[in-house]
Amino acid sequence: MSTTEIRFSGFGGQGIIRCALITGKALSLYDNKFATMTQSFGPEARGSACSAQVVVSDERVLYPYITRPGVLMALSQEAYDKYWGELPDGGILITDEDLVKMGSDHPNLAVRRVPATRFAESLGNRLFTNLVALGFFTAVTGVATADAMKKALPGLVPGRFLKINIKAFEKGYEHGVQCMAGSAP
Amino acid sequence: MNIVTADPKGVDAGPHFMDGDHAIAEGALAAGCRFFAGYPITPSTETAERFAERAPEVGALFIQMEDEIASIAALIGGAWGGQKVMTVTSGPGFSLMMENIGLAVMTETPMVIANVQRGGPSTGLPTLTAQQDMLQVRFGSHGDYNIIALSPDSPQECFDLTIEAFNLSEFYRVPVFIMTDETVGHMHEKVVIPPADQIKVVERNLYKGPKEDFRPYGFDSQGGHPMTRAGDGYRFHITGLTHNERGYPVMTPEQNQIVLTHLIEKINGNADKIIRLEEDQVEGAEVVVLSYGITSRIAVRAVQEARKKGLKVGSLRLITVWPFCEQRIRDLSQKVKAIVVPEINYGQMVREVERSAAGRCQVVSVNHCGGAVHDPLVILKAIEEACR
Repeated sequence: MSTTEIRFSGFGGQGIIRCALITGKALSLYDNKFATMTQSFGPEARGSACSAQVVVSDERVLYPYITRPGVLMALSQEAYDKYWGELPDGGILITDEDLVKMGSDHPNLAVRRVPATRFAESLGNRLFTNLVALGFFTAVTGVATADAMKKALPGLVPGRFLKINIKAFEKGYEHGVQCMAGSAP
Repeated sequence: MNIVTADPKGVDAGPHFMDGDHAIAEGALAAGCRFFAGYPITPSTETAERFAERAPEVGALFIQMEDEIASIAALIGGAWGGQKVMTVTSGPGFSLMMENIGLAVMTETPMVIANVQRGGPSTGLPTLTAQQDMLQVRFGSHGDYNIIALSPDSPQECFDLTIEAFNLSEFYRVPVFIMTDETVGHMHEKVVIPPADQIKVVERNLYKGPKEDFRPYGFDSQGGHPMTRAGDGYRFHITGLTHNERGYPVMTPEQNQIVLTHLIEKINGNADKIIRLEEDQVEGAEVVVLSYGITSRIAVRAVQEARKKGLKVGSLRLITVWPFCEQRIRDLSQKVKAIVVPEINYGQMVREVERSAAGRCQVVSVNHCGGAVHDPLVILKAIEEACR
């Protein structure tokens, strides 16, 4: 049985929970996997550090929480500081390269950096940051297929912004593909 | 029992990625619930929101009441107005509901109440999980009575068990409770809602005989008694006072014996038909872990680890929490060394386990005061010690 534990983190309002919802829906409805999504649901979900977890497996997920995350997406400094330490050797660390200053090069981790907020702003609104990051995540982790992720968007992003969200996803995805090919700037 | 297929209007068929709270609302709509009265409270509000959002398209009515006392009062009215009714709440709201829950029990009014449990007492831990209302649901209102309570372990089961709750409630004419928790309530997973023709629902048994023969009550310790709708021209009376079969007050010790025996025995006497358990490798086990709701999913990890170490461990999950599976525990207590009971409370259902085991095996409470789930290692340690 192959199980991957993913933590999405950032600050409230960045669309962190939305990232986890889209990923969980894509995996369990369109990629034929089992996915369980849990989220931080305290005052912290409303402004400060915010986190959502997805456990994905080929079999039914029994234990719903993450214990040894394979992937950490940290879109804020606070989230990075709080969570990077739980990644085991070989874990994938995804950060927003403009917002997160890493305290180390993390030679034991696969560090993948994306200017998600900057890309979103170039598309007209930083609200699309999470979709850029999610596209990037999809390309660099291979946990879910891009097709499933895009299929999961209707219902989870406002209908009138669907196209631009897909565009944001694709921008992040392309950057991720380039990054994996070693040609990203 | 009048079993029909679900009204397609309330069934949002297909696969969804949904949390437990939303799944409860969808289960209610699929079961034919068309009246919801409630007051928002974390972490149950999402159920009310979903129901309110879907109500206009389904032709249901949603009312936000002034408080939880009024919510149950409205449900009693709605049910005697002919509707299937529900509400949802958490700890503090559940306490407020207790008085009128007693009225619903006494007037044998079908309704479904979901309690998405959070840490208590009082306002406690509004946003964090617990299983601390497991005895309150059974004993919280005054007087002797009986209810049915179910405990889902996933969003899918939130949907499935809400339908079952309505079916049991209609037949036994008793409040049926969904005792879930913040974790399951807010956890998102795939929920498959089957097409309407594959969902079986128990219809309200509406009286059809001559008007003068209508009796709203029958004290025979069974379910299935007909109801009628207020305003349809039948002469009947509904009261919290001890009453006769027509509903009129008869306040004597003899009548209270008749009414109370019926209220309790219609559940106890049919416990075999009501109770659902999920067992895994219980036969031949040395130690059995008994759990329910989210804790059963945490316990599984401990059980798996224990088995890896060669220990003979079974697991028993209560899907039906009340009535409690006394007979099964009595049998089990003669075969196993110990029953380990992890719960997110200071030890509640474990009392029932101890009472049923009656000293024939060891009963180990693994309690957790709420706000989080157990560390599976703590459960594992209890299993290992019990196996020694």
